[in-house]
Amino acid sequence: MTATTAPRSPSVKALSAGKISALKVLVFILSLIPLGLLLLAFFQDDLGANPIETITHATGDWTLRFLLITLAVTPLRKLTGWHWLLRLRRMLGLFTFFYAVLHFGTYIVLDQFFDWRAVVLDVLKRPYITVGFAAFVLLVPLAVTSTNAMVRRLGGRRWQALHRSVYGIAILGVVHYWWLVKADMFEPLIYALILAVLLGLRAWWREQERLRQRSAPPAQANGHRHIIPILPR
Amino acid sequence: MLIKHAADIRPSEITSPELYADRRRFLRLAGAGTAALALGGPTELLAAQAGDLGPLVKSPFRVDEPLTPRKDVTRYNNFYEFGTDKGDPAINAHRMKTDPWTIKVEGLVGKPRTFDLDQIYKLAPLEERIYRLRCVEAWSMVIPWVGFPLSALLKAVEPLGSARYVEFVTLFDPKVMDTRPVLDWPYKEGLRLDEAMHPLTLMAVGLYGEVLPNQNGAPVRLVVPWKYGFKSAKSIVTIRLTDKQPNTSWNDAGPEEYGFYSNVNPDVDHPRWSQAKERRIGDFLKRKTLPFNGYADQVASMYAGMDLRKNF
Repeated sequence: MTATTAPRSPSVKALSAGKISALKVLVFILSLIPLGLLLLAFFQDDLGANPIETITHATGDWTLRFLLITLAVTPLRKLTGWHWLLRLRRMLGLFTFFYAVLHFGTYIVLDQFFDWRAVVLDVLKRPYITVGFAAFVLLVPLAVTSTNAMVRRLGGRRWQALHRSVYGIAILGVVHYWWLVKADMFEPLIYALILAVLLGLRAWWREQERLRQRSAPPAQANGHRHIIPILPR
Repeated sequence: MLIKHAADIRPSEITSPELYADRRRFLRLAGAGTAALALGGPTELLAAQAGDLGPLVKSPFRVDEPLTPRKDVTRYNNFYEFGTDKGDPAINAHRMKTDPWTIKVEGLVGKPRTFDLDQIYKLAPLEERIYRLRCVEAWSMVIPWVGFPLSALLKAVEPLGSARYVEFVTLFDPKVMDTRPVLDWPYKEGLRLDEAMHPLTLMAVGLYGEVLPNQNGAPVRLVVPWKYGFKSAKSIVTIRLTDKQPNTSWNDAGPEEYGFYSNVNPDVDHPRWSQAKERRIGDFLKRKTLPFNGYADQVASMYAGMDLRKNF
């Protein structure tokens, strides 16, 4: 999406195309490490007494982690001025979806073994599964519209509006984890705090922007700004 | 990180498991013969050196299902005082000192008493019983416990006619345990007196013929096979007979989710997940959960006339 809708900022240019490509390859390989470790543990029979639970938890953890990493790109870019981070965001988002597919697939195939009745009952009756399922379903359109062609077809503004649903998905994801834990809320709390910071920064920046708009002369705040949305900031 | 230093010397290094077990075995089993040794080949003899409990009465209470491997029984544990990940207790529980150990039995009893380990071991002949264990989290195991009926201990203290419940309080030692307030420590459990006196209710001191590993609730734990696993309190230090239903840790933490009875029941779901099926550790496909974990013939009569949906 960056290639088509974002005017290249100077600092994006500052990193050569070659370096960006190398960076992408590196991030791609790093992002496959959690899966690699799971496969290694599987082949070494080192997944513990309850391998299906281990795989379910690991893929779920990494879905949430990649989601938070993806959401950290914009704040990190603003705070550091490393605008090239934006060039990695699509891949990170797609890895979020990749681990979500593995997580969902583990649940359907390994945990329930295609017991669709049990799956439907779970989705309807178990709130933590309901929100987890909703989060997964909502990720699908984001993954489908991640290509440059789709950004062009939707138009920047609609594409951006659609992809803002990722904030809601992240909340659903953390709630999914929060609700399934029996007693020790420490880990879900960590995810919740990180998400709160990432969303809080955005809210704060938006509020700052609003105040700046208000204090600015009316001629500059006549709403035109909203007609040319570039990318979520 | 700061506590690491204290854990440098493991209790097991101070008292070797051989000495530890041999002393008890010798005390208990002098004259009992070498029948058990004769039964096993060289491998059993080797195992015998690491805390073997000697010849055991083979209890008729044994399910005819494949045993869950020892490494799974001892590395997949819910013992929150040593961490909430099921791998944590096997790593951390060695910090707990299980000898000397006493169990104080008090409350509505004729002869309140404090038992030390040797007295506990001598309360009744040690039996091997193979029980199903069904966790409230919908997984299960088959475990060869070693122990004696709780009724033997309770009879020794002569419960009063007014006693109706039994409360179990477990060790809470902040020096070696996780002190985060995940549950209201010390961990407490409870049974009705008739449940406590039921012949299936076991005080376990071992598994797989050996002294109970710390992560499994050493030195003495409760095993109530028809109830969800958390009812089977580990590392018990106090047993109190009362006339009122005692508070229990999980019931206090989530009264809608964890009932006082917590009998295994495929028809009453945990509010957040189904209890209809379970995954036997080692199996791929889930199996149906049985009412009272398959012990309905022995225990269902204790709940005759009760609404098990209300008294879950």
